[in-house]
Amino acid sequence: MTGRSPHPFRGVAIAGVCNTVQARALPDHDSTSIALVGALGALDDAGIAPHEVDGVVGTDCAQIALELGLGPCTRRPSSLGIPALLDAAALITTGQCDVVLVAAGGAGVHSDRASTAPWTRPANELVVGYGLFTAAEFALMARRHMLTYGTTPEQMATAAAVIRTNGHLNPDAVYSGRGPFSPADILASRMIADPFHLLDCATTSEGGCAIVVTKAERAGARQAPVWILGGASDAFGPAYVVAPVWDFQPRADSFPAGLVGARAAGIAFAMAGLAPGDVDVAELYDPFSFEIIRQLEAFGFCGPGEGGPFVEDGNIGPAGALPVTTDGGTMSFSHPGINAQQLQRVIRATQQLRGSCASCQVDGAEVALCSNGGSGALFCDVLLLGRERP
Amino acid sequence: MSLLLPQTEGIPVPRPSLHSRQYWEGCRRHQLLYQRCAACSFRGLGAFTVCARCHASAPLWEESTGHGSLYSWTVVWRPPDPAFRVPYAPAVIRLDEGFSMLSAVIGCEPEALQEDLRLAVEFHPVSDEVTLPYFRPL
Repeated sequence: MTGRSPHPFRGVAIAGVCNTVQARALPDHDSTSIALVGALGALDDAGIAPHEVDGVVGTDCAQIALELGLGPCTRRPSSLGIPALLDAAALITTGQCDVVLVAAGGAGVHSDRASTAPWTRPANELVVGYGLFTAAEFALMARRHMLTYGTTPEQMATAAAVIRTNGHLNPDAVYSGRGPFSPADILASRMIADPFHLLDCATTSEGGCAIVVTKAERAGARQAPVWILGGASDAFGPAYVVAPVWDFQPRADSFPAGLVGARAAGIAFAMAGLAPGDVDVAELYDPFSFEIIRQLEAFGFCGPGEGGPFVEDGNIGPAGALPVTTDGGTMSFSHPGINAQQLQRVIRATQQLRGSCASCQVDGAEVALCSNGGSGALFCDVLLLGRERP
Repeated sequence: MSLLLPQTEGIPVPRPSLHSRQYWEGCRRHQLLYQRCAACSFRGLGAFTVCARCHASAPLWEESTGHGSLYSWTVVWRPPDPAFRVPYAPAVIRLDEGFSMLSAVIGCEPEALQEDLRLAVEFHPVSDEVTLPYFRPL
């Protein structure tokens, strides 16, 4: 091992994870209380007592520190999803913390059912008057892909059918047992924002979740540790503030916004010393069916314009070359707001590497990729997890 | 028949901010204004005070001819807020001066929307204070 520096996350492990019950509505909870259920569940999964937590990461970290009586502890209030995991890992590698809790929940937020969920329709001045919301934002990106590469509604529907059928098979999914789905079922659902039908879109639901990240020596009490092999984030600007333009390219020597996540994937794979072909399962963030096709290309699983045929050829099913979003994702498993559902991709990847999934377990999965965000939101995060310590 | 129409009063309306005020005032005068960097001619996606390419300050406000081409679009049938009348067609328009903006296409059927469709700006008030630019096929 002479001359080779250790992996930056060699000393960090994912020690515990938890998804609370997920449902269309959890009337006995608000976002904090369901996040706390997740936090205690993840600590139990890790075999670590709450008072051992010395850092909390995420937008609600101060409230969680208060409610669990963790003060004084380290806070990182600015991040959510995969960046929260990377911040938690950095707190450990820099010696600031030994046990970091990342928890999130969403409940009681979407009460006006005549409108779409509040997190889908931020009222920014250049978009609000045109009735823009997340489905339309991602549709404007999808249209460019259709025009450039000939990507079809059937190919997008195939991605949605695979993920929704994964959710149908998952006993913990909000829409468990509602399938199976064929691409024709997706295309027969009512149009929301062309080319997206209702079943091309994420659902909305309520639930909580949490992840416990520790020093390597603290993991393994109850579960085999899962390791962070690589991770990074890309952004082009704030989500839902300006027009989502596929070929918006501020840096002349780089790539356009339509490929957001390509740089992050490159960094993550380089950190891991791996290539896309090494990934056994991809827990991709699935706000809309098209985004699966786009991410497959941006992350290098196939070439530009090949995402539609890649999906159509059966590669992303549970028995395919690259099983995708195996819990049913935001389309079927759960979509409880702007935070928890991003962490849930990491939780599912952890469960895949532990071999503990009740449905769609990928046999012998050694390397899992997860993602957050997407083109319509102008950001995309990538995380690589593994069963073997880096 | 589902002719695409401008929205009317009652929809959520933009609240102009400090650096976009001139844009919205232009809309009220039925002028489509955009910003261009005085040093390198960069045109952004929204109001800016520093050029994102050369970082010069004091970008110029200029008036667009309001003519452009359809770059991307969607047709919305389920609005985010029930005040919106459907269908409507949010779109990214590439203006002839080389900048892109979000708007919506009106005055045609959804089936008429196609790449590079030539469009001209048209202004419609949606509240006492706010006038929105829309685009109609030429």
